[in-house]
Amino acid sequence: MTTEVTLPPVPTGWRQRLAAINPWRGIIVGGTIIVIAYLVLVPLLYLGAATFVDDGHLSLDSFRRAFSGPGTVGMFVNSLVFAVGTAIVSLTCATVLAYIVVRTDAPYRSLLAAVAVLPVVVPNVLYIISWILLASPRIGLLNAIPRAITGDPLFDVFSMAGMIWVEGLHNVPLVFLLMAVAFRSMDASLEEAALVAGASHRTMYLRVTLPLLRPALAAAALVVIVKTLGSFEAAAILGSPDGLFVFVSRIFFVMRDFPYDTGAAGALSVALIVIALAGTWLLGRVRGDGSSYQTVTGKAFRAQPIELGRARRWVLLGVAIYFVVTTGLPLFALGFNSLLPFTRAFSLEAIEHFSLANYAALLDMSVVTRSLWNSLLLAVGTATCILVLTVVAAWVILRSRYRWRGMVDHLAFLPINFPGLVIGLAVSFVYLRNPLPFPIYGTLWIMLIAYVTNFLPYGMRYAVSALERIASELEESAEVSGASWWQMIRRVTFPLMVPGLIAGWILVLIVAARELGASILLYSPGNEVLSVLIFQLYEEGQLVVASALGIVLTVLFAAIIAIAYKVGNGVGITR
Amino acid sequence: MLELVDLRKTFVGSTPGLMGRRARGQSTADHAQTLAIDGVSLQVTEGELFTLLGPSGCGKTTTLRSVAGLETPDSGEIRVGDRVVFSRGKGHDRNVPANRRRLGMVFQSYAIWPHMTVFENAAFPLRVLPRGERPSKAQVEERVMRVLTTLELDSMAGRPATKLSGGQQQRLALARALAVQPALMLLDEPLSNLDARLRESLRLELKRLQHELGITSIYVTHDQVEALAISSRIAVMSGGRIMQVGEPRDIYLAPANRFVAEFIGKSNIFDATVRRRASEDTIEVESPIGLLAVRWQSDDLTTGSPCLLAVRPESIGLMGGPPDQGVPNGMPGRVVERSFLGDAVDHIVAVGDRELLVRLPATSQFPAESRVTVTIDPASPTVIAR
Repeated sequence: MTTEVTLPPVPTGWRQRLAAINPWRGIIVGGTIIVIAYLVLVPLLYLGAATFVDDGHLSLDSFRRAFSGPGTVGMFVNSLVFAVGTAIVSLTCATVLAYIVVRTDAPYRSLLAAVAVLPVVVPNVLYIISWILLASPRIGLLNAIPRAITGDPLFDVFSMAGMIWVEGLHNVPLVFLLMAVAFRSMDASLEEAALVAGASHRTMYLRVTLPLLRPALAAAALVVIVKTLGSFEAAAILGSPDGLFVFVSRIFFVMRDFPYDTGAAGALSVALIVIALAGTWLLGRVRGDGSSYQTVTGKAFRAQPIELGRARRWVLLGVAIYFVVTTGLPLFALGFNSLLPFTRAFSLEAIEHFSLANYAALLDMSVVTRSLWNSLLLAVGTATCILVLTVVAAWVILRSRYRWRGMVDHLAFLPINFPGLVIGLAVSFVYLRNPLPFPIYGTLWIMLIAYVTNFLPYGMRYAVSALERIASELEESAEVSGASWWQMIRRVTFPLMVPGLIAGWILVLIVAARELGASILLYSPGNEVLSVLIFQLYEEGQLVVASALGIVLTVLFAAIIAIAYKVGNGVGITR
Repeated sequence: MLELVDLRKTFVGSTPGLMGRRARGQSTADHAQTLAIDGVSLQVTEGELFTLLGPSGCGKTTTLRSVAGLETPDSGEIRVGDRVVFSRGKGHDRNVPANRRRLGMVFQSYAIWPHMTVFENAAFPLRVLPRGERPSKAQVEERVMRVLTTLELDSMAGRPATKLSGGQQQRLALARALAVQPALMLLDEPLSNLDARLRESLRLELKRLQHELGITSIYVTHDQVEALAISSRIAVMSGGRIMQVGEPRDIYLAPANRFVAEFIGKSNIFDATVRRRASEDTIEVESPIGLLAVRWQSDDLTTGSPCLLAVRPESIGLMGGPPDQGVPNGMPGRVVERSFLGDAVDHIVAVGDRELLVRLPATSQFPAESRVTVTIDPASPTVIAR
């Protein structure tokens, strides 16, 4: 049984020849890698120069200036306590929440997931302000009752405990996402096997579930610790009034005191980067162990949720309390204060003073709409630039056979070790002596550059996992069918990556919209962004206006997320 | 030993993978209800290796997991020995949780705990026994090593469980299930993750072990060859119901209905009509390939009643040349295609406007397009009332 097959003619026209030479691949790949290298390495170079070069020769004097002060030991201890404490708070809350959502039959689980993740859109500085309104000794709403009973405030958010509490809760959504993935990828029959073997639920958790989660927990803990070491808002706002300094807040205040000691700030930054690199290295080691945890996995039967039975109502109650305390109360504090002419302790009598004056004031401030617009522009720009860069970089890392593809991987993930404030510092060093032929300093461009550098690893993670999920056979069959490299990327690879990329785009959009660390060093009048504006309002003592802005932003973000959620069919938020 | 009475279970929201979707906050608009098991009743006697066989989605795994206590049926009763472990809708509701049922189970993915050594994995069920019954350290050591020795894993006791090969992990899962000497062992497709060669050798090993220990076992599989090879009895399931229960030979040679005939082995199946009782032990059946004489099988089949005729390909014979008068059920045919299988040769033979699958020994010589006579031994076809 044979059929005649007519072969297509061998390409001879100039178009086909041009396609065969295919310069696009080289241009696109080369261009992307040059841009990434420029974004990541140049700031490092300038940071190193500012730190190690003094009057034209190498010197370590900057380290002496940075670390010889009286508070140095305290700074190390504070940083450590702050980071570890934050990790404990966020891991505990997030792991329990993720377990309830992923593995049990608790009611309203999809709602729980959404509510657990949504606070991710709230700028950290806003969350801190809401906790000041709740738990400051002077005006905190929560202190109204203890003050009425004992005459003394009970809660003091301006303390290490306050810093850990607020920062820890603010990290819950991030850790929740990590742990939800860990629970989802865990073979449910490992737990079932323990039950059938006769273990009680408690024994199952202690002897099977928790040990199995150890790699994921360790990884999440290190992520939070590295992130907290670089997080400056809580330390600067809640810690510094009491003289509690950590690395980043020290850098911030060094760069604030005139004349700036750029060398000392650089030295602190370099030390911080080294610590973060050590943490990431450790993380890699833990991940390495994680892979050896793999056993034969079958087609897992539909994961049967753990039945809570009589515990159900208590679990629900606990979760409800958690959300009231961590989301409801802060929102209430913002809403309450946004209606008042000045901040005050809670009393029913305050209601008489309610007015919408603060909201009206927002409308009158041109800086509000300006910074809203700037934030939006920067967030969309950052997310889009990162998407383009990471698609190509991910392809190079996973699919190309270039010998240096491993370097691209390291390069693109390197900024995960740079706190936003440090990136802001390094980028400002670069563009004060601008190497580019057009002005950057004092424009939105400098913030875009800092943002793209800062959030490149976030985008990379999504792009890489989106590409990993596409079988390479799909690309190979496109090649065999005669598609050029560019046609293959455009017609096969990219369309298949789109769902994962949308998720990454939304995530970068969110984190860029709430960025403060880099922005605070790089903004100039006229180029404020929202988080900077809120920070300024706080510093000027305009807490009630900041509250009103916070409420407006929360409503706005919630609406945007709801729309994105509907449009993206939920791809973005919970992955 | 094990008795299931009228077990029913409905899943709300149909598809597997529902967990992930739910958690992503998707609407649960399609509350499609699927009957996973629909009135399953079974009796398994002491020492049996009883297999639940069926295609995926037939309810066999749900039935097994209900026995384990990992799934809660909507109604019915489950008795292990003289102990009622589950009952609902029979007046005295009770549901013994999985960890109090004292059963052994081997999961499809083995569920070997990767953070424990081989020894710790197998010792776990003993170490979590209630305090009063928990054996001493030395006893645990002794009992675990004994079961590991039986499964030839004793030399690996100290190794991390992840360092085992697939076949070894499978044996470890078995060792763990056997460690407490359970009254009943449940096996959920235990061989499906292994490659074909290993599967065959472990199949025999499993049967031998089960026979030696005399432990009552429920075995779930979708592989009919596996089921026929190891079971003492088989329940064929489809759509949440039991289609037939019987010994492997009965299931294969006397399928009770069309589903079993089609699912087990290969069959040539025809719609037919009973023509008449030809003699004491034969009836004549009108079929699309002609009038056939068939062994009498049941009083249900009276003249004119519609039936199904199932003929196994290996029970059909071929002869060269046109039909001889003396040959029973001889029909002229033409070989359409043949395919060499190694130990046999499959022939597709056209008879009238139908094609028959005929399996002959490897030595047979009937080239394509040759004219042949098809013969069917009256004793072999199964007649199933419609």
